[in-house]
Amino acid sequence: MRRLSLEARQSRLGWILVSPALVLLILVGAYPLGQTFYVSLTDARLASGRPANFVGLANYTRLAADPGFQASVANTVLFTVTSVIVEIVLGLAMALVVNSRFRGRGVLRAAMLIPWALPTVVSAKMWNYMLVDTYGVVNDLLVTRSGLLETKVAWLAEPGLALASIIAVDVWKTTPFVALMLLAGLQVIPPALYEAASVDGASRLQQFWRITLPMLRPVILVTLIFRTLDALRVFDVIWVMTRGQSGTESMATYNFRQLIDFQKLGYGSAVSVAIFALIALFVAAYLVVLRRWREAEMS
Amino acid sequence: MQSAIRWMWVALGCMTGLWGCSSPAPESAASGSGASARSRPEIIRINVDPIARNLALTEQLAAEFTSATGTRIEIIKGPTDATERLSQYLQYLGAHSPDIDIYQIDVIWPGVLAEHLVDLAGAFDQERAEFFEPIVRNNTVDGRLVGIPWFADAGVLYYRTDLLEKYGLSVPKTWDELGAAARTIQEGERAAGTADFWGFVFQGKAYEGLTCNALEWIASSGGGTIVDADGGVSVNNEAAARAVSRMAGWVGTIAPPGVTTYQEEEARQLFQSGRVAFMRNWPYAYALTHSQDSPVHGKVGLAALPAGPGGRASALGGWQLAVSKYSRNPEAATEFVRLLTSREAQKRRALEASLLPSRPALYDDPEIATAIPFIPQMKEIFLNATPRPSAQTGARYNEVSTEFFQAVHRVLTGEQPPDVSLAAAERALKEVLGRP
Repeated sequence: MRRLSLEARQSRLGWILVSPALVLLILVGAYPLGQTFYVSLTDARLASGRPANFVGLANYTRLAADPGFQASVANTVLFTVTSVIVEIVLGLAMALVVNSRFRGRGVLRAAMLIPWALPTVVSAKMWNYMLVDTYGVVNDLLVTRSGLLETKVAWLAEPGLALASIIAVDVWKTTPFVALMLLAGLQVIPPALYEAASVDGASRLQQFWRITLPMLRPVILVTLIFRTLDALRVFDVIWVMTRGQSGTESMATYNFRQLIDFQKLGYGSAVSVAIFALIALFVAAYLVVLRRWREAEMS
Repeated sequence: MQSAIRWMWVALGCMTGLWGCSSPAPESAASGSGASARSRPEIIRINVDPIARNLALTEQLAAEFTSATGTRIEIIKGPTDATERLSQYLQYLGAHSPDIDIYQIDVIWPGVLAEHLVDLAGAFDQERAEFFEPIVRNNTVDGRLVGIPWFADAGVLYYRTDLLEKYGLSVPKTWDELGAAARTIQEGERAAGTADFWGFVFQGKAYEGLTCNALEWIASSGGGTIVDADGGVSVNNEAAARAVSRMAGWVGTIAPPGVTTYQEEEARQLFQSGRVAFMRNWPYAYALTHSQDSPVHGKVGLAALPAGPGGRASALGGWQLAVSKYSRNPEAATEFVRLLTSREAQKRRALEASLLPSRPALYDDPEIATAIPFIPQMKEIFLNATPRPSAQTGARYNEVSTEFFQAVHRVLTGEQPPDVSLAAAERALKEVLGRP
């Protein structure tokens, strides 16, 4: 047996170590995806004994002209962009606050996580009750007690407001997670940098723009990727609060409706594949950004 | 950098895992004989609606069944939202799950679920003639009786007797009268200090309940029943557009703006709190609004829904009990269904939960007539009730209903004018049903 170079041996060991994960990934990732793609080429129906027929790309040509799906894509993108931007800005503010030294910081860091710790179905139901038009506490505060608004508002009934309310609930729930990620990033910035900056006479604002933000960039990017992918798949908060009505249908709720409510396994699978392709596009865009940025850093 | 890529793999894994829907294997668990029944633990699981009064009665009957037969009954509380309940059932039945033996199914579902349900025609050979004939016919799919009528339902109008008297009004007979009476009472009560008093509530959320409500408005206005008896799509017509746009005009004026998010219970709670004059609901709300601790106790009356140019229309509802083909113990399950739908149990259900019997003979029962006077009156409403177009649309009914209630909901929330919305529904329904 010929001796392998150190690099070749290292690489072989790498493949051996990574192979269980690869097998698992093929089982739980590639196989169901392939199956879904296969079903999307048929007219199969859920919970039906009728044999499925192969229909080629018919489901995809229908999907391309489906106004319901287009609306759900638009809603989802709007939901994702708005909620992720607001979450990052608020999360950064929260992380900066709980990163500074003050009494009760430990308690505050724990309390901050409560919305994130609640199951989404529970918090969505809770918000549903608070947002009820007639006896909800939100209207009670805004109209009856403070008089900020003239009349009670049906938050989840009006088309534009319903999506805005859902975005607000998602921000309320997910900002703590963003803050936690960013807090971890803040804690690895060496204090010496700030000391040096102070000695050089940099203001707090300059320190934020010149030290904190650049040092946080990798963490922010990872958080962005994670939150974007999560938001693009949004289902539970919408399903519980509006069932996708009043202009709040997301890609995932639309998919569920086709697959389960309408039993259209074939068409629903085509929707799944389209969603997968759309999310893959976002992933690819982020990967390009990551790579460019690392190359810039190396040179 | 490393962690970024790892996160993405995790996310991809989650996504694809979620969508791993494989088609079910044909015929695996259907057990025809009860040979193995003795060796298995005798537990029957029944999935029912957790409406308080009926749930308590079902628990009592289950205890009686257990002490008589030794078979334990476990009651599983399903979602109250009918649309959600059907998707739960489809997931259980699609997976051929033996976990639920008896399903409470809606009057519109026999066509969708028939292939997963046991034919009860043999077991109920003697009794089937004692149930309302139209419902038995509705529950018979390709000659198989797949559900036994449990209780019948039809939309009714609830009104506040004290407020009608206070404002010198009579029970509204037409939709126009209802609108006028609701406005008068609402203005009067608001002037008297109840700032958030409303005239009328109904079920306006985009779900199956809105299909029932809107069918009543449209059918009573002479606008047909969405899909007519021979399968032609008739949803888009002038009478229907007028009926829906009248309701849209009521949202935010005499009905709370949030009514487009209300199901039965949201409407009932608001009505029972005493801040609404009229309510469209099912008979189950009678027992709750009439209970001793109800703020409107003794002030609630019940009548047929108002009429329009097309006469009166009350959506035919009602629930059936069906035995799953995948049950490990279909004989015991069938016997429990027999007990729940028996004359005696239905009488108790009428008296305790104000649910309408599915046996016409009970409508002439003097004890029921004395305790709940509206029940004999319901026989008339019920015999003339308007069925939803489930028979002519079969397994596609759920799609038809969803396209319809979404279209109506878009009008109620002001997203689209009625003609645009109903025309869109017509196009969608023609596509669903494959009709040019």
